[in-house]
Amino acid sequence: MSGETGMPPADFAFTSKNKKLAKAVIAKYPKGRQASAVMPLLFLAQRQSGGWLPTAAMEHVAGIIDMPPIRVYEVATFYSMYNLRPVGKHHVQVCTNLSCWLRGSDEVVDSCRKTLGIDFGETTEDGLFTFSEVECLGACVNAPMMQIGDNYFEDLDATATEGILNVLKGGGTPKPGPQGGRRGCEPAGGLTTLTEKPEGQGERSGDA
Amino acid sequence: MPKLTIDDSEVEVEPGLTVLQACEQAGIEIPRFCYHERLSIAGNCRMCLVEMERAPKPVAACAMPATNGMVIRTNTPAVEKMRRAVMEFLLINHPLDCPICDQAGECDLQDQAMAYGLDHSRYRETKRAVKDKNFGPLIKAVMTRCIHCTRCIRFSTEIAGVQELGATGRGENMEVGTYVEKALASELSGNMIDLCPVGALTSAPYAFRARSWELRKTESVDVMDAVGSNIRVDVRGAEVMRILPRLNEDVNEEWISDKSRFACDGLRHQRLDRPYLRDGGKLRPATWDEAFAAIAEKVKATKGKGIAAIAGDTVDCEAMTALKDLMAALGSPHLDCRQDGAHLDASRRAGYLFNTSIAGIEQADACLLIGTNPRIEAPIINARLRKRFLAGGFPVALIGEETNLTYDHKYLSADPKVLNEIASGAHPFAKVLNKAKQPMLILGMGALARQDGAAILAAARKIAEDSGMVNGGWNGFNVLHTAAARVGGLDLGFLPGKKMGGRDVAGILDGASMGEVEIVYLLAADEIDMDRLGGAFVIYQGHHGDAGAGRADVILPGAAYTEKNATYVNTEGRAQLARLATYPPGEAREDWKIIRALSAALGKALPFDTLQQVRARMTEINANFADTGVVAAAPWGTFGKEGQLDPVPFASRLANFYMTDPISRASPTMAKCTEVFVNSGQRRTGTDG
Repeated sequence: MSGETGMPPADFAFTSKNKKLAKAVIAKYPKGRQASAVMPLLFLAQRQSGGWLPTAAMEHVAGIIDMPPIRVYEVATFYSMYNLRPVGKHHVQVCTNLSCWLRGSDEVVDSCRKTLGIDFGETTEDGLFTFSEVECLGACVNAPMMQIGDNYFEDLDATATEGILNVLKGGGTPKPGPQGGRRGCEPAGGLTTLTEKPEGQGERSGDA
Repeated sequence: MPKLTIDDSEVEVEPGLTVLQACEQAGIEIPRFCYHERLSIAGNCRMCLVEMERAPKPVAACAMPATNGMVIRTNTPAVEKMRRAVMEFLLINHPLDCPICDQAGECDLQDQAMAYGLDHSRYRETKRAVKDKNFGPLIKAVMTRCIHCTRCIRFSTEIAGVQELGATGRGENMEVGTYVEKALASELSGNMIDLCPVGALTSAPYAFRARSWELRKTESVDVMDAVGSNIRVDVRGAEVMRILPRLNEDVNEEWISDKSRFACDGLRHQRLDRPYLRDGGKLRPATWDEAFAAIAEKVKATKGKGIAAIAGDTVDCEAMTALKDLMAALGSPHLDCRQDGAHLDASRRAGYLFNTSIAGIEQADACLLIGTNPRIEAPIINARLRKRFLAGGFPVALIGEETNLTYDHKYLSADPKVLNEIASGAHPFAKVLNKAKQPMLILGMGALARQDGAAILAAARKIAEDSGMVNGGWNGFNVLHTAAARVGGLDLGFLPGKKMGGRDVAGILDGASMGEVEIVYLLAADEIDMDRLGGAFVIYQGHHGDAGAGRADVILPGAAYTEKNATYVNTEGRAQLARLATYPPGEAREDWKIIRALSAALGKALPFDTLQQVRARMTEINANFADTGVVAAAPWGTFGKEGQLDPVPFASRLANFYMTDPISRASPTMAKCTEVFVNSGQRRTGTDG
């Protein structure tokens, strides 16, 4: 990964696979409106360069959709999901917004600090983890939560957090989703309503 | 027409106006930061909030269209409170550095804080600080002062057509800048300094040099190009501190080019402040009497036919009138004001003017550019072309050096033979011109200052006539000059005397190198090949120690454009008055007075003693000088000389936008710009294509 060398890459070009994907994205928009594709293309570029967007990548995207580079910089700097500095292999993003905080995100944050030995905005020396504080990721019903890579880890507490991070440290793949044993976003202590079998012809779900 | 009530009085306004504009028409001032009448509406500063009846919340007057039956209130306690609150928010992150800020005294934020703000601050927390940006040698950026009105971003995107500025980050982390560090590459960048309502963008060369209230302001016109931009010259003591644009909708709107604005520090350097005489090969300081005596001695020994005069690019009409009359009195027909040898035909005024007029560009519906790069030859005219382009339906084609004009154009070729193809109607763009109702063409000096200039002029005239560019009140034939003195010189007939076999610039240089012309009078003429003057006795009258002064045998120190009351005619044929803002340095004098005094020393005293008498003489030569500030339509006629076109491709006349005349060549700021924009890796797209 280019980020590990500490020097931003001077050049960037989509791989042939990503070029095809980019073409498909641009084709979704009417002719002359190809600039609308800027955000998916930036995301594609971010994936290709290891989770962050070097200036060269933004310029490459600007060139593809015929947009002045400054307009692309504006978009990339506006959204927090574009990383403008290199990140570790696993980007640990912990939500500390109201719902998560009420449900104990402080505990999760402390656990990350302790397990990884870094603070918000820092990367571990081995380049494995970057630790970020983020705003609401829309999983309040399973708060507290964090996102690592493409996966959400929900219903966290200090031990669950430590466990997930340790699995990642060991090169394994932790189980995504709620860690407390419930399925999806069902009520945490089991069903409280609609517990009996529905009557009549409306019956659809067999396991309610 | 919508009728609305503003502060209990009924106002009727044109449709399409905003509430803010309607209030202005009703004579009510609405404070604002982000709104600017020449830029798109942003509506982000919130300073213009007003109350609207039946609206649940206050509305931003700048972004709300005025409609029928609206009831607007701008003077209620609630509005006052809103303005105080917005002001308080804006000032939270604004540093209290007015004492060391160049904007102080002419700062919108300062003025509006006084008028609408709170008298104290309730904010005790730390203020945000933003790292300063490097925007190049012209603009000093102190970004902590920025209030994010985005005027500069909108100006560079919309008017200048250079998309390099933007707002990166968001919320409290939003910053105005270029993201990757680079100098702002626009010939109009200085206007952002005027647009900035706070001290975030200030003039770099003017930094810490003066306070706005110390300056004496004089309204004048610019001579750095042939646009004749209206300017205000700010002077402290005897020194020109800065130059600002002055509103003139017909010429420059409220913009000026960077050269017009920043070259004024050249007025402090390399000045000729006393007469000089060449003695034993070296120039030595002399008195006016000595200088005149030396000239008189030489002139008495020379026949009229052995004397020639060349007028430079920034010479005023008064001086040219005086010199023309003096040359006539001495019996010399050899005079010319076309240093570059442009084949301009003075027999028809329409043949050398920008007939459409600058404001008229907005009525055109197709444009053909021939041998010109308006972006560097006349950035203000280029901005008008861009404005017209943005309005839509304006195909532009370019014959000449390919370049980035800041608007889309069809590049045809640099080969002059395309002209013949268009003239014959065979070229596809000829159809575009034919279809247009009010087409125009702009002929540049790159096309006229060639061997075949007269034939190109004739070919352009044919295109204009064939494609209906001259019909009724519309005249789409335009010559874009690069020299401020050129149209004035042509209007005054500062040209070779036809009957007596007068020599043009090339003829004068040939004559001088062959010894047929013994005396050459250079009136601030520096752009000719001095080596070709041979053994001629050279009199140089001008204000800067440039090429001409270096070659001169006698130097007569004259006045620069800020140091005299003088008339200049711009490329449209608009006579405008420059006014004395400061006196010429040392023993230097106004140019027509020098020539008048010299004429007495030569025993051919000219019949005028006052400026009024000189101007009366100018009007006698050409009635167009009677009215200043206006353009008179020039009658159409035949001009140019049909002939073979040379296959040599068109080339741009100006290689370096920043240094085109003695003043800008002496300017340290222009030298820095040359270094950054022309010589370094960051080239302006306008100069290298």
